[in-house]
Amino acid sequence: MTTLTLTNARIIDPETGRDEPGHILIDGGQISGIGPAISPQGDILDVKGAIAAPGLIDMRVLTGEPGAENRESIASAAQAAAIGGVTSIVIMPDTNPVIDDMSLVEYIQNRGRETDISVLVAGALTKKLDGKTLTEIGMMSERGAVMFSNGATPIADSLIMRRILSYSARFNALVSNRCKDPALTNGACAHESDFSSRLGLNGSPSTAERIMVERDIALAELTGGRLLIDMISSEDAVNAIRNAKRRDIEIASSVSINHLCLNEIDIGDYRTFAKLDPPLREETDRLALLDAVNDGTIDVVVSAHDPRPAGEKRLPFAEASPGAVGLELLLAAGLSQVADDKLDLMAFLKTVTINPATLLDLPSGRLQEGAPADIVIFDPSKPWVCNSDTLSSKSNNTPFDTRRMTGKVMATLSAGKLVHNSFSE
Amino acid sequence: MASSHGYPFEKRHCLSIADFHRPDIESLLSLGEHYLDLSVQKSSERSVLAGKTLVNLFFENSTRTQKSFELAGRRLGADVINMNVANSSVKKGETLLDTAATLNAMNPDILVVRHGASGAPALLSQKVECSVINAGDGMHEHPTQALLDALTLRQAFNGDFGGIRIAICGDIAHSRVARSNVQLLNMLGCDVRLVGPPTLIPSNADRWGADVFHDMETGLAGCDVVMMLRLQLERMNGAFVPSKREYFHFYGLDRTKLGFAKPGALVMHPGPMNRGVEISSDIADDPDISLITQQVETGVAMRMGILHALSDAQDGIA
Repeated sequence: MTTLTLTNARIIDPETGRDEPGHILIDGGQISGIGPAISPQGDILDVKGAIAAPGLIDMRVLTGEPGAENRESIASAAQAAAIGGVTSIVIMPDTNPVIDDMSLVEYIQNRGRETDISVLVAGALTKKLDGKTLTEIGMMSERGAVMFSNGATPIADSLIMRRILSYSARFNALVSNRCKDPALTNGACAHESDFSSRLGLNGSPSTAERIMVERDIALAELTGGRLLIDMISSEDAVNAIRNAKRRDIEIASSVSINHLCLNEIDIGDYRTFAKLDPPLREETDRLALLDAVNDGTIDVVVSAHDPRPAGEKRLPFAEASPGAVGLELLLAAGLSQVADDKLDLMAFLKTVTINPATLLDLPSGRLQEGAPADIVIFDPSKPWVCNSDTLSSKSNNTPFDTRRMTGKVMATLSAGKLVHNSFSE
Repeated sequence: MASSHGYPFEKRHCLSIADFHRPDIESLLSLGEHYLDLSVQKSSERSVLAGKTLVNLFFENSTRTQKSFELAGRRLGADVINMNVANSSVKKGETLLDTAATLNAMNPDILVVRHGASGAPALLSQKVECSVINAGDGMHEHPTQALLDALTLRQAFNGDFGGIRIAICGDIAHSRVARSNVQLLNMLGCDVRLVGPPTLIPSNADRWGADVFHDMETGLAGCDVVMMLRLQLERMNGAFVPSKREYFHFYGLDRTKLGFAKPGALVMHPGPMNRGVEISSDIADDPDISLITQQVETGVAMRMGILHALSDAQDGIA
């Protein structure tokens, strides 16, 4: 392992709130020294005043491997992640076959080891995601599954959800559940509003989300299970979570970067790249979500990376697949909201570094001596224009195409290795 | 005969452990112990229940409990009738109380009842003139099993097992054996623990007078006895626990997990066992640590003791 020093950085460590100029000494894949008083050793990378923060941990990444490698492979997702400053990704279990068994957990881990970043696995909550049959949460945890999810389909049956939360508590396993009432969202492809009804699209109301959020909070309270409310999208859900946290119920929630940047108007003239699940909602919802990130009500911001080939998107709106790629844009899109004064930089960085690290019990997510040298270097004010054709994912379905962005990833280090460097460009 | 510390045994029924006080239990255990001697048990003087009629009324299928009561009754000289109601009148739509009225008209002396619904034997006992013994009702109680377990322990620990630590492990939620045993062992001064996955332990079981644990390592620490419970097959495949292999991995009793208990700890199981699910064969079959065969053997003697005590109470012999 080589010794490397990042010089002239603005060091931001969201766990301690540190924000000061200094150098970072990297040795053996770990941070061996950090601060203004460090004397540079070994190779030098002068970052010229750019921000150095912990590499991002993205808790919600879908690939097509196994089963649909044409959408995205683990290798191509890892490459996109490195470009986006993401050094750890949690792979969702809704693949073909579903990751509902120890051997499949190990398969993903093995594929992940072939990449330059940390690839972590979320096991399925139910066999084949059937919503009924518990999986071997204990044995998958022992093999290193960091959390459990039922993918895009929520656990509809309250009894099953109760048993899952209760059973997983024994292993202190993190249970992530999509928050949408299945009956109220059946057949919907947009947010239920004046706008979607004019477009003639079936909408689902924010209430469908709130009902599931409230149910899962109540079940977490009953069982003592560790709940992550997966990807909220509405002000109603924010209020429910804020109330629960006020009552000291230990739950966590996430939001996708798309819902912090976009609203229902972005589906405009039936733009299927902005068709998402949950759907983009109203501007008031977006502002409530941003506030909730700023005040810590929302714990985690995810990319919700969901690669879809053109064939799944070039369809009438109701028939197109939902989802957008996001690994390369998560940080830049968040920084654009920071530049717009909508997001607080430190609050945002917490949700993509130390908060996921704490939930998943990872040593990364912090810039401290002894921590893994997973580091992102970014220029928070550099302007650029998003061009979907230049994305390195196998699929390039992004609602940010042609948008002006503020803030760009300059370099990424994963375990001390420079896995992306655009200083030379 | 049936008295202890000067307290006569005067109970009419055997429905729940909670119906008995400590002297009652001591009387029953002493009588059970008396019948453990095979020469006493099999003696041709079958006079205790002579002229009395015992009816086995089983609404759920059972082999060991029913045969155990049948043998106990016959060895005490009773006329024994087995009624497998599961296959007859119930199917024709007769209600429990109609069955009770019919039976009552036949003037039995002791009714042994097993029923799938909690509280059914208690309901029946209000409608018949004879003594009723609960041979297992739903997820409520199985008092004769608890008594025979206590007698087995008394034998294994040479009469004094107050103060021992005992872990009851597995499907506590659906177990009538666990509910009866927690009460009885607590009454007898044991330190009782419940161990199992959270899905198989009622959320308020810590209020039963037992400490609740969700993993075997801490749950079995310092235990003198480990009592394994049967896990029904239909509860294994993803309903309450994900799979047989995961259940065995975390909760099945093998040498490693038994190693968490006190050295020389003994193992019990009310049967029938699922080998390789809640208990490994090498433990179940090891005569140095397994009390499982003794439990069956004790079963007949203990039930003779219970029948004897109830019969004496009916006749006013104290």
